[in-house]
Amino acid sequence: MIKKGNSTVPILEARNISKVYGNGVYANKNICFSLNEGEIHALVGENGAGKSTLMKILFGMEKPSTGEILIKGNPVVFSSPQDAMKYEVGMVHQHFKLVDPLSITENVVLGYEPMKNGLIDRKTAEEKVKEITKIFDIREDLSTPVGKLPVGTKQKVEIVKALYRGAKILILDEPTAVLTPQETVELFEKLIQLKNEGLTVVFISHKLREVKQITDRISVIRRGELIETFFTKDVTEQEISAKMVGTTYTSALDKGESKLTEVVLDVKNITSKGLGDISVVNNMSFTVRGGQIIGIAGVEGNGQNELIEMITGLRPIDGGSVKINGMDTAGKSIIQLRNAGLSYIPSDRIDRGLAISMTIEDNMIATKLDQKSLYTNGLLSRSKIRSMSEKLVKEYLVRCNSVEAEVGMLSGGNMQKVVVAREFTQGATLIIAEQPTRGIDVGAAKFIYEELIKLRNQGCAVLLVSADLEELYKLSDHILVMYNGEISAYIKNPSEVSETELGTYMLGVKKQSAEEIKGAYYEKE
Amino acid sequence: MKKNNLIFNMATTALAIVISMMIAFAIIFLVSEDPARAIESFLLGPLQSKRLIGSIFTTAIPIAFTGIAVSIMFQASMFNMGAEGSFFLGALAAAGAATSFNLPGILGIIIPILVGGLTGAIICSIPAFLKIKWGANELVSSLMLNYVTFYLGLYILNNFIRDKNFGALASHPLAQNNKLPRIVQGTSLHAGIYVVILLIVLSYLLIFKTSIGMKIRMLGQNPEFARYSGIKVGGVVIFSQLIGGMIAGIGGSVEIMGMYGRFQWTSLPGYGWDGIILAILARNKPQFVPLAALFLSYLRVGASAMASNAEVPKELITVIQSIMIMLVTANALLKSFKQKMVVKEALTNGTNS
Repeated sequence: MIKKGNSTVPILEARNISKVYGNGVYANKNICFSLNEGEIHALVGENGAGKSTLMKILFGMEKPSTGEILIKGNPVVFSSPQDAMKYEVGMVHQHFKLVDPLSITENVVLGYEPMKNGLIDRKTAEEKVKEITKIFDIREDLSTPVGKLPVGTKQKVEIVKALYRGAKILILDEPTAVLTPQETVELFEKLIQLKNEGLTVVFISHKLREVKQITDRISVIRRGELIETFFTKDVTEQEISAKMVGTTYTSALDKGESKLTEVVLDVKNITSKGLGDISVVNNMSFTVRGGQIIGIAGVEGNGQNELIEMITGLRPIDGGSVKINGMDTAGKSIIQLRNAGLSYIPSDRIDRGLAISMTIEDNMIATKLDQKSLYTNGLLSRSKIRSMSEKLVKEYLVRCNSVEAEVGMLSGGNMQKVVVAREFTQGATLIIAEQPTRGIDVGAAKFIYEELIKLRNQGCAVLLVSADLEELYKLSDHILVMYNGEISAYIKNPSEVSETELGTYMLGVKKQSAEEIKGAYYEKE
Repeated sequence: MKKNNLIFNMATTALAIVISMMIAFAIIFLVSEDPARAIESFLLGPLQSKRLIGSIFTTAIPIAFTGIAVSIMFQASMFNMGAEGSFFLGALAAAGAATSFNLPGILGIIIPILVGGLTGAIICSIPAFLKIKWGANELVSSLMLNYVTFYLGLYILNNFIRDKNFGALASHPLAQNNKLPRIVQGTSLHAGIYVVILLIVLSYLLIFKTSIGMKIRMLGQNPEFARYSGIKVGGVVIFSQLIGGMIAGIGGSVEIMGMYGRFQWTSLPGYGWDGIILAILARNKPQFVPLAALFLSYLRVGASAMASNAEVPKELITVIQSIMIMLVTANALLKSFKQKMVVKEALTNGTNS
């Protein structure tokens, strides 16, 4: 068990941890989890399985309902992250906790500033931060405001912050979710280096290939319980994923044949002005035909959001045009777009896709209020709404006690299934799927993939925007890469282009010729 | 889960009522020479006579109107305080319509009520327009609007419908066919109660059984979701405030025509504020408004009885009201109780779905 150190006591141990949240979610159930000094330990599980909760408990952000935590064999109580830091536990959150206008140095020392004569000692701070940042080769000057840094560097700043505070145990929550393949490789190199210097790392991830690549041990959490802990070398990806979902799951998808039909979505020279002079989306043209899945790849923040908002009618179009089934969307209301065949799975289900304080059934009918079949004598009929919702819940495998439950009570994957159930049953001919499986479990994701493919094969046009390359490769017939508000590549045959090559287009290292990019816009001969 | 929420809300409200009553009793013990008598007349006074029982209902009528009005406006997450102004100006408009035109028969009741409702609707929709057009905060604009409404009302009263032969500032007297008939002998209970019952039923159907009501609720819970779903947000906001203002305006008309011989309010009557209290107690659900209205008016009639029997000032009621509202809206109250319920439910179901 023990790789180094002179004792058999784990550096950190959680015993019988349980946690019930205020909304009734049983996030952790009797979890026993231990960390050996100097290992990289992966925590994998479907979303809603309870990984993040367990880590929040170990970092003092949440109090466990029952159970205890031991550091080097001694019981401790963390009532705040400050307590956890005292015991050298640090955490890097999925959503960075950085203050954008402050510099790298200021962010790193924030709350733990070296003092001299009652004032902050900037010089010492800079020296200390410089010392720690050495191994990270941060190219930017340490006085750069964090808001100006690329995502990969922000993450390094977060890690440096934890190390500055003296972390010997580093918890990383989905660290690669926001990184390009190149940045991921770099992060892994650094983690190995830190491990060799004696740091213990907990690595939370959905991406099994990465987990397999970098970790020493793997713990699998399923539905709030810790199922098993393995040595990484003893298991295959298939075995891990089987443990995660409880059944065997293969990642290969056979899309089957589809018949290409008319152009459903026609985007021509579309432009969105930002606040300044720079266009956030600049002169993009492409089409999506019936029976086709077009994927949009790109590092987040390269205009994908704006593009989708313009197509779905949520943002005014500053230049160019969007046609849905031949209808120009200029000046049309969202309900008119929906009636023309648009369905939209937004990336943010909580802010946009659902009203989480309303019931599942209310959320199911939100876009179906025009359907006569929901009414009796002109009034909404509870029983009709209920039977329709129950049918959808069953069809789309939403796990819930009752359709009267508030959507906010569901786990992320189940919330997404509610959105999908509603949007896929509108009789739409154009599906805009924006990060459709972000933060949800493998099982739910697979289900959504299958539904998307089913719709494609029935003749729907699908536009898929995703930060997950694996997902894009799995589903897309063709891939568009967006960089800086423009199409930087049109990948006609994704199977012939490697992820690394795609990455170079995503980062703007390479760009295709205008002629090649033109292929994205289909014109009838 | 839904049932749990209902139980939780009921328990919070009950606890708020109990605590505020206890504080009220404590005050009574401090200020009264005969606390037992004071408390007795406070709690049981309203049941002493037929007349008092009747006045529980008549006191409940105007606040029930504003209660449903505010509930509907709050459902859309618009914190419009304009019900006060709508009620006031609605009453004035109704009195003006009744005394200016010689309306025959039943029209003498219907027309003034409609005029009052229309006036109220216009008032409450103003903050909504300002919000949609220029992003003005509806709370601030509606509060200010109440003053505008009030002085506008006084101006109209003074210059257009004033009875110059009457000793005080008041409108011309209402004709007999402009008055709502009394329906129970020996009490002040008038036919306005039918109007309020009808509006409660219609409001419930509107909010929970129609497409527009569903849209109002969606908008209230998550405006971004409403927009995404294809709802025309501006239209729905204005519609909900128009309806709310209309109900408040009708309430003012009914109050004048049921209880008074002429319009003679020279200050804001405060029923709009009461509407906010009721909406909070009823958690913006029109179907719970009558219960809350009867409860509040029972307390008020009790406080009056106590004031005349035991010389405890009836303003005590405002103390109770304030504490109650504070506690009902205090989300943290009973939080641990809710947590326990939730944990129990999670344990029995055993899943995180």
